[in-house]
Amino acid sequence: MDLKLYVWRQKGPDSPGKLEQFTAKNISPDMSFLEMLDEVNEELVKEGKETIAFDHDCREGICGTCSQVINGIPHGGQDKTTVCQLHMRKFKDGDSIYIEPWRAKAFPLVKDLIVDRSALDRIIQAGGYVSNHTGGSPDGNAILIPKPDAEVSMDAAECIGCGGCVAACPNGSAMLFTAAKVTQLAMLPQGKVEAAQRVCVMTEQMLKEGFGNCSNHYECQDACPKGIKVSFIAKLNREFIKASVK
Amino acid sequence: MGFLSSTVGRKILMAITGFLLLTFLCIHLLGNSFIYLGWINAYGERLHSMPPVVWAARIGMVILLAVHIFFGIKLTLENNAARPQAYAVKKNVRATFAGRTMIWTGLLIAAFLIYHLLHFTLRMTNPEISSGIDAMGRLDVFKMIVLSFKNILISGAYIAALIAVGLHIFHGIQSVVQTIGLNSDKTLPCVESTGRGIAFILFLGYASIPLVIIFGLLNFKG
Ligand code: HEM
Ligand code: FES
Repeated sequence: MDLKLYVWRQKGPDSPGKLEQFTAKNISPDMSFLEMLDEVNEELVKEGKETIAFDHDCREGICGTCSQVINGIPHGGQDKTTVCQLHMRKFKDGDSIYIEPWRAKAFPLVKDLIVDRSALDRIIQAGGYVSNHTGGSPDGNAILIPKPDAEVSMDAAECIGCGGCVAACPNGSAMLFTAAKVTQLAMLPQGKVEAAQRVCVMTEQMLKEGFGNCSNHYECQDACPKGIKVSFIAKLNREFIKASVK
Repeated sequence: MGFLSSTVGRKILMAITGFLLLTFLCIHLLGNSFIYLGWINAYGERLHSMPPVVWAARIGMVILLAVHIFFGIKLTLENNAARPQAYAVKKNVRATFAGRTMIWTGLLIAAFLIYHLLHFTLRMTNPEISSGIDAMGRLDVFKMIVLSFKNILISGAYIAALIAVGLHIFHGIQSVVQTIGLNSDKTLPCVESTGRGIAFILFLGYASIPLVIIFGLLNFKG
Protein backbone atom coordinates (compact mmCIF):
# COMPACT_ATOMS: atom_id res chain seq x y z
CA MET A 1 0.00 0.00 0.00
CA ASP A 2 0.97 3.63 -0.44
CA LEU A 3 0.66 6.15 2.38
CA LYS A 4 0.94 9.87 2.73
CA LEU A 5 3.02 10.81 5.75
CA TYR A 6 3.17 14.17 7.48
CA VAL A 7 6.24 14.01 9.70
CA TRP A 8 7.54 16.63 12.16
CA ARG A 9 10.98 17.74 11.00
CA GLN A 10 13.20 19.86 13.21
CA LYS A 11 16.99 20.07 12.90
CA GLY A 12 17.72 20.77 16.56
CA PRO A 13 16.30 21.92 19.88
CA ASP A 14 16.19 25.57 18.93
CA SER A 15 15.57 25.37 15.19
CA PRO A 16 12.12 25.99 13.79
CA GLY A 17 10.23 22.83 12.89
CA LYS A 18 7.41 21.93 10.54
CA LEU A 19 5.43 19.01 9.21
CA GLU A 20 6.96 17.64 6.03
CA GLN A 21 5.11 15.45 3.60
CA PHE A 22 6.48 12.09 2.41
CA THR A 23 5.04 9.25 0.41
CA ALA A 24 5.64 5.74 1.69
CA LYS A 25 5.41 3.40 -1.31
CA ASN A 26 4.86 -0.35 -1.49
CA ILE A 27 4.37 -0.81 2.23
CA SER A 28 3.53 -4.37 3.28
CA PRO A 29 0.78 -4.78 5.88
CA ASP A 30 3.11 -7.12 7.77
CA MET A 31 5.64 -4.38 8.46
CA SER A 32 5.77 -2.69 11.82
CA PHE A 33 5.33 1.05 11.92
CA LEU A 34 9.05 1.54 12.53
CA GLU A 35 9.94 -0.74 9.61
CA MET A 36 7.72 1.42 7.44
CA LEU A 37 9.75 4.46 8.57
CA ASP A 38 12.96 2.51 7.85
CA GLU A 39 11.74 2.03 4.28
CA VAL A 40 11.03 5.73 3.92
CA ASN A 41 14.48 6.52 5.30
CA GLU A 42 16.16 4.15 2.82
CA GLU A 43 14.51 6.03 -0.01
CA LEU A 44 15.72 9.29 1.52
CA VAL A 45 19.27 7.93 1.68
CA LYS A 46 19.08 6.94 -1.99
CA GLU A 47 17.94 10.45 -2.84
CA GLY A 48 20.80 11.88 -0.77
CA LYS A 49 18.43 13.53 1.67
CA GLU A 50 18.56 13.64 5.45
CA THR A 51 16.72 10.74 7.09
CA ILE A 52 13.90 11.11 9.61
CA ALA A 53 15.34 10.79 13.11
CA PHE A 54 13.26 8.68 15.50
CA ASP A 55 13.96 6.82 18.73
CA HIS A 56 13.81 3.03 18.97
CA ASP A 57 15.67 0.27 20.70
CA CYS A 58 14.16 -3.12 21.55
CA ARG A 59 11.42 -3.09 18.90
CA GLU A 60 9.57 -5.62 20.98
CA GLY A 61 7.51 -3.37 23.19
CA ILE A 62 9.52 -3.54 26.39
CA CYS A 63 12.04 -0.70 26.46
CA GLY A 64 9.75 2.28 26.02
CA THR A 65 12.07 4.13 23.67
CA CYS A 66 9.87 4.45 20.60
CA SER A 67 7.89 7.62 21.10
CA GLN A 68 5.63 8.96 18.38
CA VAL A 69 2.25 10.57 18.38
CA ILE A 70 0.47 9.01 15.43
CA ASN A 71 -2.65 10.72 14.12
CA GLY A 72 -3.01 12.56 17.41
CA ILE A 73 -2.63 9.55 19.72
CA PRO A 74 0.61 8.51 21.45
CA HIS A 75 1.65 5.07 20.16
CA GLY A 76 -1.11 5.24 17.55
CA GLY A 77 -4.15 4.25 19.55
CA GLN A 78 -4.07 0.46 19.31
CA ASP A 79 -4.90 -0.97 22.73
CA LYS A 80 -1.79 -1.66 24.86
CA THR A 81 0.62 -1.35 21.93
CA THR A 82 3.88 0.56 21.56
CA VAL A 83 4.78 2.20 18.25
CA CYS A 84 7.24 -0.60 17.47
CA GLN A 85 4.48 -3.19 17.93
CA LEU A 86 1.99 -1.31 15.81
CA HIS A 87 1.62 -2.93 12.41
CA MET A 88 0.81 -1.46 9.06
CA ARG A 89 -2.23 -3.73 8.66
CA LYS A 90 -3.90 -1.21 10.92
CA PHE A 91 -3.76 1.28 8.03
CA LYS A 92 -5.36 1.33 4.60
CA ASP A 93 -3.90 2.14 1.20
CA GLY A 94 -3.98 5.90 0.64
CA ASP A 95 -4.23 6.81 4.35
CA SER A 96 -2.72 10.06 5.58
CA ILE A 97 -0.65 9.63 8.74
CA TYR A 98 0.49 12.48 10.98
CA ILE A 99 3.61 11.69 13.01
CA GLU A 100 4.75 14.03 15.76
CA PRO A 101 7.11 13.81 18.74
CA TRP A 102 5.97 13.75 22.40
CA ARG A 103 5.13 17.35 23.19
CA ALA A 104 5.92 18.57 26.69
CA LYS A 105 8.04 21.32 28.18
CA ALA A 106 9.79 18.67 30.28
CA PHE A 107 10.72 16.69 27.14
CA PRO A 108 12.97 19.03 25.14
CA LEU A 109 13.08 18.10 21.48
CA VAL A 110 16.42 16.75 20.28
CA LYS A 111 15.74 16.22 16.59
CA ASP A 112 12.70 15.44 14.41
CA LEU A 113 10.75 12.84 16.42
CA ILE A 114 13.33 12.39 19.19
CA VAL A 115 12.81 14.04 22.55
CA ASP A 116 14.93 13.93 25.71
CA ARG A 117 12.96 12.03 28.33
CA SER A 118 15.57 12.09 31.09
CA ALA A 119 13.17 14.14 33.23
CA LEU A 120 11.47 10.80 33.97
CA ASP A 121 14.79 9.34 35.13
CA ARG A 122 15.26 12.28 37.48
CA ILE A 123 11.84 11.63 39.01
CA ILE A 124 12.99 8.08 39.77
CA GLN A 125 16.34 9.33 41.07
CA ALA A 126 14.49 11.63 43.46
CA GLY A 127 12.86 8.78 45.37
CA GLY A 128 12.10 5.70 43.30
CA TYR A 129 14.38 3.45 45.29
CA VAL A 130 14.71 1.64 48.60
CA SER A 131 17.74 2.77 50.61
CA ASN A 132 17.40 0.65 53.74
CA HIS A 133 19.72 -2.35 53.85
CA THR A 134 17.70 -5.37 52.94
CA GLY A 135 20.55 -7.83 53.55
CA GLY A 136 21.05 -10.91 51.44
CA SER A 137 18.17 -12.42 49.57
CA PRO A 138 15.67 -13.61 52.19
CA ASP A 139 14.46 -17.20 52.43
CA GLY A 140 11.31 -17.92 50.51
CA ASN A 141 8.23 -16.83 52.50
CA ALA A 142 10.39 -15.20 55.20
CA ILE A 143 8.78 -11.86 54.33
CA LEU A 144 5.09 -12.47 53.95
CA ILE A 145 3.48 -10.46 51.17
CA PRO A 146 -0.19 -11.03 50.42
CA LYS A 147 -0.64 -12.26 46.86
CA PRO A 148 -3.02 -9.40 45.89
CA ASP A 149 -0.47 -6.81 47.07
CA ALA A 150 2.28 -8.48 45.08
CA GLU A 151 -0.01 -8.45 42.03
CA VAL A 152 -0.70 -4.71 42.35
CA SER A 153 3.00 -4.03 42.75
CA MET A 154 3.81 -6.13 39.68
CA ASP A 155 1.09 -4.39 37.65
CA ALA A 156 2.57 -1.01 38.55
CA ALA A 157 6.05 -2.29 37.73
CA GLU A 158 4.92 -2.95 34.17
CA CYS A 159 5.46 0.75 33.41
CA ILE A 160 8.26 1.01 30.86
CA GLY A 161 8.69 4.76 31.28
CA CYS A 162 7.92 5.58 27.65
CA GLY A 163 6.28 8.90 28.50
CA GLY A 164 3.15 8.17 26.46
CA CYS A 165 1.05 9.27 29.44
CA VAL A 166 2.73 12.68 29.37
CA ALA A 167 2.27 12.95 25.62
CA ALA A 168 -1.43 12.10 25.91
CA CYS A 169 -2.23 14.27 28.94
CA PRO A 170 -3.85 17.59 28.04
CA ASN A 171 -1.76 19.07 30.88
CA GLY A 172 1.53 17.35 30.00
CA SER A 173 1.48 15.76 33.46
CA ALA A 174 3.64 12.77 34.41
CA MET A 175 1.27 11.72 37.15
CA LEU A 176 0.56 8.22 35.79
CA PHE A 177 4.27 7.47 35.49
CA THR A 178 5.02 8.84 38.97
CA ALA A 179 2.02 7.01 40.43
CA ALA A 180 3.19 3.69 38.96
CA LYS A 181 6.67 4.13 40.43
CA VAL A 182 5.29 5.19 43.83
CA THR A 183 2.79 2.32 43.96
CA GLN A 184 5.23 -0.35 42.86
CA LEU A 185 7.33 0.28 46.00
CA ALA A 186 4.57 1.35 48.40
CA MET A 187 2.84 -2.03 48.10
CA LEU A 188 5.82 -3.99 49.41
CA PRO A 189 7.21 -4.14 52.97
CA GLN A 190 10.68 -3.03 51.85
CA GLY A 191 9.23 0.02 50.12
CA LYS A 192 6.83 1.03 52.88
CA VAL A 193 9.66 2.31 55.11
CA GLU A 194 10.32 5.33 52.91
CA ALA A 195 6.86 5.60 51.35
CA ALA A 196 5.95 8.95 52.92
CA GLN A 197 9.14 10.69 51.90
CA ARG A 198 9.10 9.05 48.47
CA VAL A 199 5.68 10.30 47.38
CA CYS A 200 6.59 13.85 48.41
CA VAL A 201 9.97 14.08 46.69
CA MET A 202 8.86 12.32 43.52
CA THR A 203 5.82 14.55 42.99
CA GLU A 204 7.94 17.58 43.85
CA GLN A 205 10.52 16.56 41.24
CA MET A 206 7.73 16.03 38.70
CA LEU A 207 6.61 19.63 39.11
CA LYS A 208 10.19 20.94 39.09
CA GLU A 209 10.81 19.28 35.73
CA GLY A 210 7.98 21.31 34.24
CA PHE A 211 5.30 18.64 33.95
CA GLY A 212 1.73 19.81 34.54
CA ASN A 213 -0.67 18.86 37.32
CA CYS A 214 -3.18 16.03 37.05
CA SER A 215 -6.75 17.13 36.27
CA ASN A 216 -8.19 13.61 36.27
CA HIS A 217 -8.92 13.48 32.54
CA TYR A 218 -7.64 9.85 32.47
CA GLU A 219 -6.35 10.37 28.94
CA CYS A 220 -3.09 8.74 30.10
CA GLN A 221 -4.73 5.42 30.93
CA ASP A 222 -6.03 4.98 27.40
CA ALA A 223 -2.65 5.86 25.89
CA CYS A 224 -0.54 3.60 28.12
CA PRO A 225 0.90 0.67 26.14
CA LYS A 226 1.22 -1.32 29.38
CA GLY A 227 -2.28 -0.79 30.74
CA ILE A 228 -1.19 1.22 33.78
CA LYS A 229 -4.42 2.29 35.48
CA VAL A 230 -5.39 5.66 36.95
CA SER A 231 -6.28 3.82 40.15
CA PHE A 232 -2.53 4.08 40.81
CA ILE A 233 -2.94 7.87 40.80
CA ALA A 234 -5.65 7.48 43.45
CA LYS A 235 -3.17 5.32 45.35
CA LEU A 236 -0.50 8.04 45.01
CA ASN A 237 -3.00 10.58 46.33
CA ARG A 238 -3.71 8.30 49.31
CA GLU A 239 0.01 7.93 49.95
CA PHE A 240 0.36 11.71 49.87
CA ILE A 241 -2.51 12.20 52.33
CA LYS A 242 -0.97 9.59 54.64
CA ALA A 243 2.39 11.37 54.41
CA SER A 244 0.77 14.74 55.17
CA VAL A 245 -1.08 13.67 58.29
CA LYS A 246 1.91 11.83 59.69
CA MET B 1 7.99 20.69 50.77
CA GLY B 2 4.77 22.29 51.91
CA PHE B 3 1.29 21.01 51.26
CA LEU B 4 0.41 24.15 49.31
CA SER B 5 3.35 23.92 46.95
CA SER B 6 2.81 20.23 46.23
CA THR B 7 1.00 19.27 43.04
CA VAL B 8 -1.13 16.79 45.00
CA GLY B 9 -1.66 19.11 47.99
CA ARG B 10 -3.09 21.85 45.84
CA LYS B 11 -5.32 19.40 44.01
CA ILE B 12 -6.64 18.16 47.35
CA LEU B 13 -7.38 21.76 48.30
CA MET B 14 -9.27 22.19 45.00
CA ALA B 15 -11.19 19.00 45.76
CA ILE B 16 -12.12 19.99 49.32
CA THR B 17 -13.22 23.50 48.36
CA GLY B 18 -15.00 22.16 45.27
CA PHE B 19 -16.80 19.58 47.37
CA LEU B 20 -17.90 22.17 49.93
CA LEU B 21 -19.13 24.45 47.14
CA LEU B 22 -21.02 21.45 45.82
CA THR B 23 -22.58 20.92 49.24
CA PHE B 24 -23.68 24.53 49.14
CA LEU B 25 -25.23 23.95 45.69
CA CYS B 26 -27.30 21.09 47.14
CA ILE B 27 -28.49 23.11 50.17
CA HIS B 28 -29.24 26.10 47.97
CA LEU B 29 -31.33 23.95 45.62
CA LEU B 30 -33.26 22.57 48.59
CA GLY B 31 -33.97 26.16 49.68
CA ASN B 32 -35.02 27.14 46.15
CA SER B 33 -37.38 24.21 45.87
CA PHE B 34 -39.54 25.81 48.58
CA ILE B 35 -40.84 27.99 45.75
CA TYR B 36 -42.92 25.01 44.61
CA LEU B 37 -44.43 24.64 48.07
CA GLY B 38 -45.22 28.32 48.45
CA TRP B 39 -42.80 28.64 51.34
CA ILE B 40 -40.15 30.76 49.69
CA ASN B 41 -41.06 34.03 51.44
CA ALA B 42 -41.22 32.30 54.82
CA TYR B 43 -37.90 30.62 54.11
CA GLY B 44 -36.31 33.96 53.18
CA GLU B 45 -37.59 35.60 56.31
CA ARG B 46 -36.52 32.71 58.53
CA LEU B 47 -33.03 32.72 57.05
CA HIS B 48 -32.60 36.44 57.51
CA SER B 49 -33.82 36.30 61.08
CA MET B 50 -30.53 34.55 61.85
CA PRO B 51 -27.83 37.03 60.79
CA PRO B 52 -24.97 35.07 62.41
CA VAL B 53 -25.84 32.01 60.30
CA VAL B 54 -26.18 34.04 57.12
CA TRP B 55 -22.93 35.88 57.71
CA ALA B 56 -21.02 32.76 58.66
CA ALA B 57 -22.19 31.14 55.43
CA ARG B 58 -21.25 34.21 53.39
CA ILE B 59 -17.79 34.48 54.88
CA GLY B 60 -17.30 30.73 54.45
CA MET B 61 -18.33 30.95 50.79
CA VAL B 62 -15.98 33.86 50.12
CA ILE B 63 -13.05 31.93 51.58
CA LEU B 64 -13.94 28.75 49.68
CA LEU B 65 -14.31 30.63 46.41
CA ALA B 66 -11.13 32.62 46.93
CA VAL B 67 -9.06 29.48 47.53
CA HIS B 68 -10.77 27.54 44.73
CA ILE B 69 -10.41 30.34 42.19
CA PHE B 70 -6.82 31.19 43.15
CA PHE B 71 -5.56 27.62 42.85
CA GLY B 72 -7.84 26.89 39.86
CA ILE B 73 -6.18 29.68 37.91
CA LYS B 74 -2.68 28.82 39.15
CA LEU B 75 -2.98 25.14 38.25
CA THR B 76 -4.43 25.94 34.83
CA LEU B 77 -1.60 28.36 34.02
CA GLU B 78 0.97 25.74 35.03
CA ASN B 79 -0.80 23.08 33.00
CA ASN B 80 -0.87 25.26 29.91
CA ALA B 81 2.82 26.09 30.35
CA ALA B 82 3.65 22.38 30.46
CA ARG B 83 2.98 22.07 26.72
CA PRO B 84 4.38 25.18 25.04
CA GLN B 85 4.20 23.68 21.56
CA ALA B 86 0.79 22.28 20.67
CA TYR B 87 0.25 19.18 18.55
CA ALA B 88 -0.72 19.72 14.92
CA VAL B 89 -3.11 16.79 15.36
CA LYS B 90 -4.29 15.69 18.82
CA LYS B 91 -7.14 13.31 19.54
CA ASN B 92 -8.53 13.03 23.01
CA VAL B 93 -9.76 9.51 23.52
CA ARG B 94 -11.10 9.87 27.02
CA ALA B 95 -10.90 13.49 28.21
CA THR B 96 -14.29 15.20 28.06
CA PHE B 97 -15.30 18.65 26.86
CA ALA B 98 -16.44 19.38 30.43
CA GLY B 99 -13.07 18.37 31.86
CA ARG B 100 -11.05 20.41 29.41
CA THR B 101 -13.09 23.58 29.91
CA MET B 102 -13.01 23.69 33.73
CA ILE B 103 -11.29 27.08 33.80
CA TRP B 104 -13.81 28.61 31.36
CA THR B 105 -16.91 27.21 33.04
CA GLY B 106 -15.34 28.24 36.37
CA LEU B 107 -14.77 31.82 35.25
CA LEU B 108 -18.31 31.95 33.79
CA ILE B 109 -19.63 30.83 37.18
CA ALA B 110 -17.64 33.59 38.89
CA ALA B 111 -19.01 36.22 36.50
CA PHE B 112 -22.53 34.90 36.93
CA LEU B 113 -22.13 34.92 40.71
CA ILE B 114 -21.52 38.67 40.65
CA TYR B 115 -24.66 39.22 38.61
CA HIS B 116 -26.65 36.79 40.76
CA LEU B 117 -25.72 38.67 43.94
CA LEU B 118 -26.55 42.04 42.37
CA HIS B 119 -29.85 40.61 41.17
CA PHE B 120 -31.28 38.69 44.11
CA THR B 121 -29.13 39.48 47.15
CA LEU B 122 -28.40 43.20 46.75
CA ARG B 123 -31.50 43.62 44.51
CA MET B 124 -29.83 46.34 42.46
CA THR B 125 -30.49 45.21 38.88
CA ASN B 126 -34.32 45.12 38.90
CA PRO B 127 -35.38 47.31 41.84
CA GLU B 128 -38.92 47.74 40.50
CA ILE B 129 -39.80 44.10 41.15
CA SER B 130 -37.34 43.30 43.89
CA SER B 131 -38.62 45.20 46.89
CA GLY B 132 -42.24 44.06 47.10
CA ILE B 133 -43.78 43.23 50.46
CA ASP B 134 -46.24 40.34 50.70
CA ALA B 135 -49.52 40.24 52.64
CA MET B 136 -47.72 39.13 55.77
CA GLY B 137 -45.27 42.00 55.64
CA ARG B 138 -42.33 39.87 54.44
CA LEU B 139 -40.02 40.60 51.53
CA ASP B 140 -41.86 39.19 48.50
CA VAL B 141 -39.21 36.79 47.22
CA PHE B 142 -41.80 34.90 45.20
CA LYS B 143 -42.80 38.01 43.24
CA MET B 144 -39.17 38.91 42.66
CA ILE B 145 -38.31 35.49 41.28
CA VAL B 146 -41.39 35.02 39.11
CA LEU B 147 -41.33 38.49 37.57
CA SER B 148 -37.58 38.24 36.99
CA PHE B 149 -37.78 34.93 35.19
CA LYS B 150 -40.71 36.09 33.05
CA ASN B 151 -37.99 38.15 31.39
CA ILE B 152 -36.52 35.83 28.80
CA LEU B 153 -33.13 37.55 28.94
CA ILE B 154 -32.80 36.99 32.67
CA SER B 155 -33.99 33.38 32.39
CA GLY B 156 -31.61 32.86 29.49
CA ALA B 157 -28.68 34.18 31.50
CA TYR B 158 -29.52 31.89 34.41
CA ILE B 159 -29.91 28.83 32.24
CA ALA B 160 -26.63 29.58 30.45
CA ALA B 161 -24.90 29.90 33.81
CA LEU B 162 -26.49 26.65 34.94
CA ILE B 163 -25.09 24.89 31.90
CA ALA B 164 -21.66 26.14 32.96
CA VAL B 165 -22.24 24.90 36.52
CA GLY B 166 -23.53 21.59 35.20
CA LEU B 167 -20.49 21.05 32.98
CA HIS B 168 -18.14 22.08 35.79
CA ILE B 169 -19.50 19.52 38.22
CA PHE B 170 -20.03 16.90 35.47
CA HIS B 171 -16.25 16.57 35.52
CA GLY B 172 -15.76 17.86 39.07
CA ILE B 173 -17.70 15.36 41.15
CA GLN B 174 -15.87 12.25 39.99
CA SER B 175 -12.63 14.24 40.07
CA VAL B 176 -13.03 14.90 43.81
CA VAL B 177 -13.32 11.18 44.53
CA GLN B 178 -10.15 10.44 42.55
CA THR B 179 -8.21 13.35 44.05
CA ILE B 180 -8.87 12.33 47.64
CA GLY B 181 -7.76 8.84 46.72
CA LEU B 182 -11.01 6.94 47.11
CA ASN B 183 -11.00 5.28 43.69
CA SER B 184 -10.11 1.77 42.64
CA ASP B 185 -10.42 0.14 39.22
CA LYS B 186 -13.78 -1.23 40.31
CA THR B 187 -15.23 2.04 41.61
CA LEU B 188 -14.06 4.39 38.85
CA PRO B 189 -16.79 3.70 36.23
CA CYS B 190 -19.50 3.84 38.88
CA VAL B 191 -18.10 7.03 40.42
CA GLU B 192 -17.95 8.63 36.97
CA SER B 193 -21.54 7.83 36.07
CA THR B 194 -22.87 8.75 39.52
CA GLY B 195 -21.05 12.08 39.39
CA ARG B 196 -22.49 12.82 35.97
CA GLY B 197 -25.95 11.81 37.16
CA ILE B 198 -25.76 14.13 40.17
CA ALA B 199 -24.56 16.96 37.92
CA PHE B 200 -27.54 16.38 35.63
CA ILE B 201 -30.03 16.25 38.51
CA LEU B 202 -28.67 19.48 40.02
CA PHE B 203 -28.85 21.15 36.63
CA LEU B 204 -32.46 20.05 36.09
CA GLY B 205 -33.42 21.06 39.63
CA TYR B 206 -32.09 24.57 39.27
CA ALA B 207 -33.15 25.08 35.65
CA SER B 208 -36.69 23.89 36.39
CA ILE B 209 -37.49 27.17 38.17
CA PRO B 210 -36.90 29.59 35.27
CA LEU B 211 -38.35 27.06 32.83
CA VAL B 212 -41.53 26.53 34.80
CA ILE B 213 -41.98 30.29 35.07
CA ILE B 214 -41.33 30.95 31.39
CA PHE B 215 -43.89 28.32 30.42
CA GLY B 216 -46.40 30.00 32.71
CA LEU B 217 -46.80 27.11 35.13
CA LEU B 218 -45.89 29.29 38.08
CA ASN B 219 -47.49 32.75 38.13
CA PHE B 220 -47.55 35.81 40.31
CA LYS B 221 -50.98 37.32 40.77
CA GLY B 222 -50.25 40.66 42.40
C1 HEM C 1 -20.51 26.75 42.17
C2 HEM C 1 -19.25 26.91 42.31
C3 HEM C 1 -18.21 25.84 42.03
C4 HEM C 1 -18.26 24.49 42.29
C5 HEM C 1 -19.39 23.69 42.90
C6 HEM C 1 -17.00 23.94 41.83
C7 HEM C 1 -16.67 22.62 41.93
C8 HEM C 1 -15.49 22.07 41.49
C9 HEM C 1 -15.09 20.72 41.69
C10 HEM C 1 -15.91 19.68 42.43
C11 HEM C 1 -13.87 20.55 41.10
C12 HEM C 1 -13.04 19.28 41.04
C13 HEM C 1 -11.91 19.31 42.03
C14 HEM C 1 -10.97 18.15 41.81
O1 HEM C 1 -10.36 18.06 40.75
O2 HEM C 1 -10.85 17.30 42.67
C15 HEM C 1 -13.52 21.80 40.52
C16 HEM C 1 -12.36 22.01 39.79
C17 HEM C 1 -12.02 23.23 39.20
N1 HEM C 1 -12.67 24.44 39.40
FE1 HEM C 1 -14.43 24.70 40.35
N2 HEM C 1 -16.23 24.92 41.29
C18 HEM C 1 -16.92 26.11 41.40
C19 HEM C 1 -16.50 27.36 41.01
C20 HEM C 1 -15.31 27.60 40.32
C21 HEM C 1 -14.88 28.91 39.92
C22 HEM C 1 -15.60 30.23 40.20
C23 HEM C 1 -13.71 28.75 39.24
C24 HEM C 1 -12.93 29.89 38.64
C25 HEM C 1 -11.67 29.89 38.34
C26 HEM C 1 -13.39 27.32 39.23
C27 HEM C 1 -12.31 26.73 38.62
C28 HEM C 1 -12.00 25.40 38.67
C29 HEM C 1 -10.91 24.78 37.96
C30 HEM C 1 -9.94 25.47 37.01
C31 HEM C 1 -10.93 23.42 38.29
C32 HEM C 1 -10.00 22.33 37.74
C33 HEM C 1 -8.72 22.22 38.50
C34 HEM C 1 -7.90 21.10 37.90
O3 HEM C 1 -8.09 19.97 38.27
O4 HEM C 1 -7.08 21.37 37.04
N3 HEM C 1 -14.40 26.66 39.90
N4 HEM C 1 -14.50 22.73 40.77
S1 FES D 1 11.41 0.20 20.70
FE1 FES D 1 11.35 -0.65 22.70
S2 FES D 1 9.28 -0.39 23.23
FE2 FES D 1 9.27 0.24 21.16
